[in-house]
Amino acid sequence: MLGVVRKKMLGQSLLKIRPAVSMLRSYSSAAKQMTVRDALNSALDEEMSADQKVFLMGEEVGEYQGAYKISKGLLEKYGPERVLDTPITEAGFAGIAVGAAYHGLKPVVEFMTFNFSMQAIDHIINSAAKSNYMSAGQMSVPIVFRGPNGAAAGVGAQHSQCYAAWYASCPGLKVLTPYSSEDARGLLKAAIRDPDPVVFLENELLYGESFSVSDEVLDSSFCLPIGKAKIERVGRDVTITAFSKMVGHALKAAEILEKDGIDAEVINLRSIRPLDRSTINASVRKTNRLITVEEGFPQHGVGAEICASVVEESFAYLDAPVERIAGADVPMPYAANLERLAVPQVEDIVRAVKRACYRSVPLAAAA
Amino acid sequence: MAFCSKNSRTIINNLKSKLGLSRLMNQGSDGCLNNTNPCRFLPLTTLPQLRNPDSYSHKTGHSFCSQRFQSTTSEQQFASLPNGEHSQELDFPGGKVVFSPEMRFLSESPCVYNNCYRVLDDNGQLIGNSNFVQVSEEIAVKMYSSMATLQILDTIFYEAQRQGRISFYLTTIGEEAINIASAAALTSDDIVFPQYREPGVLLWRGFTLQEFANQCFGNKADYGKGRQMPIHYGSNKHNYFTVSSTIATQIPHAVGAAYSLKMDKKDACAVTFFGDGGTSEGDFHAALNFAAVTESPVIFICRNNGWAISTPTSDQFRSEGIAVRGQAYGVRSIRVDGNDALAMYSAVHAAREMAINEHRPVLIEAITYRVGHHSTSDDSTKYRPADEIEWWRMARDPVTRFRKWIETNGWWGSEAESQLRSSIRNELLQAIQIAERAEKPPVNELFTDVYDNIPSNLRDQEKLLRETINRHPADYPADVPF
Repeated sequence: MLGVVRKKMLGQSLLKIRPAVSMLRSYSSAAKQMTVRDALNSALDEEMSADQKVFLMGEEVGEYQGAYKISKGLLEKYGPERVLDTPITEAGFAGIAVGAAYHGLKPVVEFMTFNFSMQAIDHIINSAAKSNYMSAGQMSVPIVFRGPNGAAAGVGAQHSQCYAAWYASCPGLKVLTPYSSEDARGLLKAAIRDPDPVVFLENELLYGESFSVSDEVLDSSFCLPIGKAKIERVGRDVTITAFSKMVGHALKAAEILEKDGIDAEVINLRSIRPLDRSTINASVRKTNRLITVEEGFPQHGVGAEICASVVEESFAYLDAPVERIAGADVPMPYAANLERLAVPQVEDIVRAVKRACYRSVPLAAAA
Repeated sequence: MAFCSKNSRTIINNLKSKLGLSRLMNQGSDGCLNNTNPCRFLPLTTLPQLRNPDSYSHKTGHSFCSQRFQSTTSEQQFASLPNGEHSQELDFPGGKVVFSPEMRFLSESPCVYNNCYRVLDDNGQLIGNSNFVQVSEEIAVKMYSSMATLQILDTIFYEAQRQGRISFYLTTIGEEAINIASAAALTSDDIVFPQYREPGVLLWRGFTLQEFANQCFGNKADYGKGRQMPIHYGSNKHNYFTVSSTIATQIPHAVGAAYSLKMDKKDACAVTFFGDGGTSEGDFHAALNFAAVTESPVIFICRNNGWAISTPTSDQFRSEGIAVRGQAYGVRSIRVDGNDALAMYSAVHAAREMAINEHRPVLIEAITYRVGHHSTSDDSTKYRPADEIEWWRMARDPVTRFRKWIETNGWWGSEAESQLRSSIRNELLQAIQIAERAEKPPVNELFTDVYDNIPSNLRDQEKLLRETINRHPADYPADVPF
């Protein structure tokens, strides 16, 4: 079983409920459990409390407590001036938030899913990302666009696309993809404090997952640096890069591979733009093999950029071709059996690692 | 509808207000309304007085009150009707809904054509019984000088583009009154979000001819560090947000900034400009809707100049202009003769007070004409008659019209005129020469401002670029400083 306790803890006491065979990942001190949802909620709460300029806007964020309850309790605590329920116009409220940021406020804009951000993408790219450059530093945009990204379960093509590659190709934006609760807290705080526009890609299926968090993470000044990946599992034989939900899959795959004598190193990217090329390349120079995992479409994806980076900087160190695991090159189907086939599964990662280690017959390129 | 107007007229007659403004606003509101709509009049609070501190004639301020008729009072109105058919109502989350057995569609065009507010006639003479904000000699002369300067600026830069000295330009010919008069009615704390045909606002606020030239030539003194096409001016210190080419995106930006000003409780508003074409963009609708809901102090100024490149307004929309759209979103609106500088000044002045004191958005539709081509990439004679352009250029020139008014007041003469024109022209030609000869921005400015702090990959790229330049100096342009 994965070293992360997945059952939701009802009481907050670890001693009462810990399953017998679980292994808690050890952080610095005595670990508490926190869901990603609570991590995001607490990060928003603390940043809004610390800085009066931070405010939240989006559909259903106020009275409804957030479409996924991420903003629970915030309307009650901060009032309707700082938690705004918007009319249904992504283009409208993204533009309005950018205008507020131009004047010095720090908006956190929630998209109900990033699929709907396409209706606002002109404001994200042209009005937010490019403004500092095009105005020669006169217009800075300290804005955060956040919301669930990628596939959920059974929501079909218009609710399942991953936008990491789209946003990460644009200079002027920063793109973050938290996985654990520690990531969620630290990266969201960093994003809100950052003077540049940040696209913060969460994952709906991770909201309910619990992770251990140390006291350091729970402190209100906790912050993670933007642009640094985390090595979730140290290994020797192969490097697996992943972000968001796929980190969990990669860790599970590593457990399975360990039994076959393959020691995988799993890198949680945390930041797609800027990409932590140095961590990735240092890892590949150690292991000599690379598998990239992502949920999104394969062409022009995050894996393509990582592959290019490794080929440019560590070509001589590669003992096998880089392989990209990505979602199927089709709009996400709805039927449960088809959906399962369209998204990378743990077995796909395991098979790819084995191919990279020449333990099985290589496939023709699957992308 | 009949009962609506009857009662409204009774109430208005009782007001005995000398100012036509309240009448004007009411006329906008009792257009062709369905019976089921309760009449909406102006808010209860006394509207701010139209008084200009600059005025030495001490025109006394007029206060107007009108009453908002909530649905509770309209019940009484209904009860007093001879045909008491409107006795059924529904309490609805958006308000009260009154039922009627008569099926009546709202007409697609209002029965009463929106009055267009003007104060000066076509010959620049004050229209009798007009009400407006008095303007002092000093301000009026500054307004006229700025309008004339803008005309000369446009002519000379347009020529410069034709000579190949700058890559692109677009003129504001025909819309000088909108630019200057609105700027004059605002304060320097009001934040301006322009489209691209409003350099006059920047000119009024003190942007020098040299600064305009620097931006057009993209030299190292350009505040935009050479990153934008010509006419994409922007200046923090003048509270004028950098022009961006995308149409109508600035409209929701202005609402956001206005919301921010409201939260800061500042005595300032946000002002945004756009053309008739820009009102077709989704951003226009979201912004107006949002501004009304969030009660933000923002002034929307639409330059309805009849053309969006080659698309005339009849192909752009079928609503009766733009002011009626404001009403549809719950935004107070007015239609103004955009070529009448005094009318524009008064309307913007009043709008500003309403926006800030009442925390509400206001929409001003300024009727004008785009005398010039859309830009230097356009030849408008290809899609509109040349005599139409000439008529608007000569007979309806806003600059001449205002000049006639200040001359009538004895504030201007032909000598002042020729002196102004020649001195501005010389100053401009010199500014262009200086701007043209100045160095371009240094190469490091290619990489700065992408983010707040320059990231390591861009630092590496700059290093690589410098190494390449060092190896091949002959391939590197001479006027770009290293």
